[in-house]
Amino acid sequence: MSALAKPLPHITGRPVPGVEKEVLAGLKAAFASKLKDAKAVRERLVEIVIDRADLIDVCTYLKNTLGFEHLSCITAVDWKDHFESIYHIENYYNGCMVQVNAQIPYDDPKIASLTGLWHAADYHEREAWDLMGVEYEGHPNLVRILLPEDFKFHPLRKEFAQEVDRQYISRRKLRGGK
Amino acid sequence: MPEFWINMGPQHPMTHGLWNMKVKVDGETIVDAKPEIGYLHRGYEKIMEVREFQKNVVLTDRLCYVSSITWSHAYCLAVEKMMGIETPERGQWIRVISLELQRIASHLMWLASYGPDLGLLTGLLWALRERELFLDLIQLMSGARMNQNFPRVGGVRNDLPENFEAMCRRSIEHFLEKYENEYQAIFQESKVFRMRTEGVGKITVEEAINWGITGPNLRACGVDVDLRRLDPYETYGEIDFEPQVWHDGGAGDSYARFVCRFNELRESCQIVLQALKKMPKTGPYRVKPPRRAEGEGYAKTEDSRGEALFYVIGDGDDRPYRVKIRSPVFCTMAATPTLLRGNKLADVVSILGSVDVCVGEMDK
Amino acid sequence: MSAPLVPDLFGLCKVLTAAIIWIVQQIIYALAGPIPPLAGLGDFLGTDFVITLVTWLIVVTVVVLWVTVINLFTIMWVERKLYSRLQDRYGIMISVWSLPFWPFNRTRRPTHRGTGYLQNLADGIKLIQKENITPRNADSAMFHISPVLIASSTLMAFAVLPWSSGFYVANLDLGILFILAAFSLAPLGILIAGWSANNKYTLVGGLRAAAMLLSYSIPAVLAVIALVFFTGSLNPIVIVGQQDRPIVLAGTTLPIPAWYVFGPQFLGFLVFTVAMIAEMERVPFDIPEAEAELVEGWTTEYSGMRFGIVFAFKWLRMLAASGLISILYLGGWSGPVFATVFVGSIPIPIFPEEFWFVLRVYGLSAFFVVLSWSVPRVRIDQILNIGWKRLIPYSLLAILIAAGFRVLG
Repeated sequence: MSALAKPLPHITGRPVPGVEKEVLAGLKAAFASKLKDAKAVRERLVEIVIDRADLIDVCTYLKNTLGFEHLSCITAVDWKDHFESIYHIENYYNGCMVQVNAQIPYDDPKIASLTGLWHAADYHEREAWDLMGVEYEGHPNLVRILLPEDFKFHPLRKEFAQEVDRQYISRRKLRGGK
Repeated sequence: MPEFWINMGPQHPMTHGLWNMKVKVDGETIVDAKPEIGYLHRGYEKIMEVREFQKNVVLTDRLCYVSSITWSHAYCLAVEKMMGIETPERGQWIRVISLELQRIASHLMWLASYGPDLGLLTGLLWALRERELFLDLIQLMSGARMNQNFPRVGGVRNDLPENFEAMCRRSIEHFLEKYENEYQAIFQESKVFRMRTEGVGKITVEEAINWGITGPNLRACGVDVDLRRLDPYETYGEIDFEPQVWHDGGAGDSYARFVCRFNELRESCQIVLQALKKMPKTGPYRVKPPRRAEGEGYAKTEDSRGEALFYVIGDGDDRPYRVKIRSPVFCTMAATPTLLRGNKLADVVSILGSVDVCVGEMDK
Repeated sequence: MSAPLVPDLFGLCKVLTAAIIWIVQQIIYALAGPIPPLAGLGDFLGTDFVITLVTWLIVVTVVVLWVTVINLFTIMWVERKLYSRLQDRYGIMISVWSLPFWPFNRTRRPTHRGTGYLQNLADGIKLIQKENITPRNADSAMFHISPVLIASSTLMAFAVLPWSSGFYVANLDLGILFILAAFSLAPLGILIAGWSANNKYTLVGGLRAAAMLLSYSIPAVLAVIALVFFTGSLNPIVIVGQQDRPIVLAGTTLPIPAWYVFGPQFLGFLVFTVAMIAEMERVPFDIPEAEAELVEGWTTEYSGMRFGIVFAFKWLRMLAASGLISILYLGGWSGPVFATVFVGSIPIPIFPEEFWFVLRVYGLSAFFVVLSWSVPRVRIDQILNIGWKRLIPYSLLAILIAAGFRVLG
């Protein structure tokens, strides 16, 4: 853990084997009670599930202590009973990636913005707001980015049905399945 | 003259696509900038939710129309990770070859569009002339010049054609000769070209990482990050290659970005030649993927423009439940006000040309 | 020393005019029988005043046709063909074989495989057919005046620019100064065009043209001043006459012509050439219409033939600038000695002075074409830096060198 606590002085551009276990151990030590789920999925990939209230703490720890400097992507997922905002955060020193799944209740789609930590969160959060309707609190300019300003819907939500062409309906559904 | 906003776009020679760069100028100096994107938004993430896994490759081909294979490959890789299958070895090598050929073609398209940006139309025609060589190779391999539909979930569409290796070698030899003589002379060794690109659009390492700039644009800042080596996928781990990183002074300007991309052309040629030598001569190139899948999988690959990330969730149906596309240009576009501020109006083209904007993948 | 094909354009035209007027006079006198007042008109036509006036009109028409019909089309064809070959492609191909009627359009012959000389004509016909659009908020009068201003100022340069020792409209003592003044009128037209179109791109383009005018006209004039130390005259014919001899160095005659470029004026030649490239707005210095950042710069709002005029007259400015450079520094129309054929007592030169001059003009133009298609465009601050921090000091240095040589003999 001590090797990870202070970032390596130079980015070598090569992966460090077995780093996902160290990252997982570090996260578990710091946020033992707050992690709903934490596992090392495969080589260089750690997945944790947290509540939306703990997002800023976890991300600050990841960025400042573990050296995860690169916010790669923010995905908002509509699970029909709840939303999930998924953050892929990458470490350039050892090639490890942490996938942070922050759960959001369906009736109150709000979560704290990460723009204070990463500028990169700016556009990703705007896009997630635009397409999925998850509101990122504290974002300086949360307006639509891809769709027109006067668009009324958040099209990636499952309730926003699109016309399903017949050829796309699976055989199972045609037979009356799920 | 008071400060005023100039719309550079949506229809403008600089944009190479359909987006609007609003710049606020004081005389000739840029004081503020605001990109407006979304003109080419086609709702890919939503469309992909109603199409079967394999059929989505047709869509991902059109994400970036000059770099189709790399995007389809990233999608296929993410779906494979979700399904838990792995491509046979020969399939992986064929993928590596196709990716690098596509990267060369894409970089040549960038080089071609960077020329007229700076008023050098001759560069456009020369670069497009050599791009034909690689499009011919890709056509030989996959049957189409653009939108190849070549990567498949579980492998590639078909095996390499006969005599592909010899043709590849011949084309690359010819290209490298032109590269060393003509391209170097007209671009890198041109004094006026360096005047236009050196010292403009500078960004520091910390800011570049914080803004999420990836790929050649990040390597131009001196950060040795290449996902082909940092997080090896396919058989890149077995290939001996050197990511093109700008180590000298003046890092992070347009010239550094140009040099990184320009050198990647040569490096990709070497990778293709190595892969042709190392790949097994026979063997399966494709496995049959399961029809339905449940779970989640993500793949990040080194696209021609940076880090391409696909995040696919399946709910047990034969179609993805949710697909997320992370476009490197989308993140770079967020950083363009930082890049542009303080430069001259004429530098807008010099900077935005060097970061290589592809609107198709940016707007999804 | 070669002779001009047209020894005296004005005299030639005057003979022609006198002949035409004599024929007209005979018709009028014949008509004066039934209608007596016509006899006075016939006498008036025969006066020297009318003959000179008509001669002037004919001379101007001849030179304008020579410049715009023959040379403009040729230089456009040369440029388009030359840069196409530079870019590994065929370039324009529409020639007489593309004409859609009998002797040209054959069944077995490909129609678009010619030399391409008629492509510019086809483009011109297309532009004439197009609609002339005036932007709603534009200053209409100014918007329409500026192409006229640009075209007329460019043609004004050709009024004084001689094509040989006999082929010119006017022989002014201050001819070089007149041409430079005509050159610096064009940026004024550009500025008016940029302002009146009421568009941000054109406005920036027009202001760039104004900034460039200041930084490039001054070195050009200073370089000419350095030359005047040697010539003592601004008359182009006198200047060329001074260069039409071999260099005599320490009593020996060298086989090198005494062009002003070989000698202390070389620095002035470089400065003047660079300034002229900027004057004619070719690619390294074409920032007023930088098509990458300002869509077409100050020409953005022009359409139809108005665009055609402002676009085509750039080539005429290139011709005029090439002619000016060759007159000042490259020996003008002086050529190597060639035999003259005498028909009766009239000497007809085999390679006349016009040939040598046109050869130089097109050679210089080809050089400018190759240069402008192989370098990118420089930036506005860099162009002003080059103008103010490089060219002006160098031109002052050229003046110093010239003065020094003059004093030392």
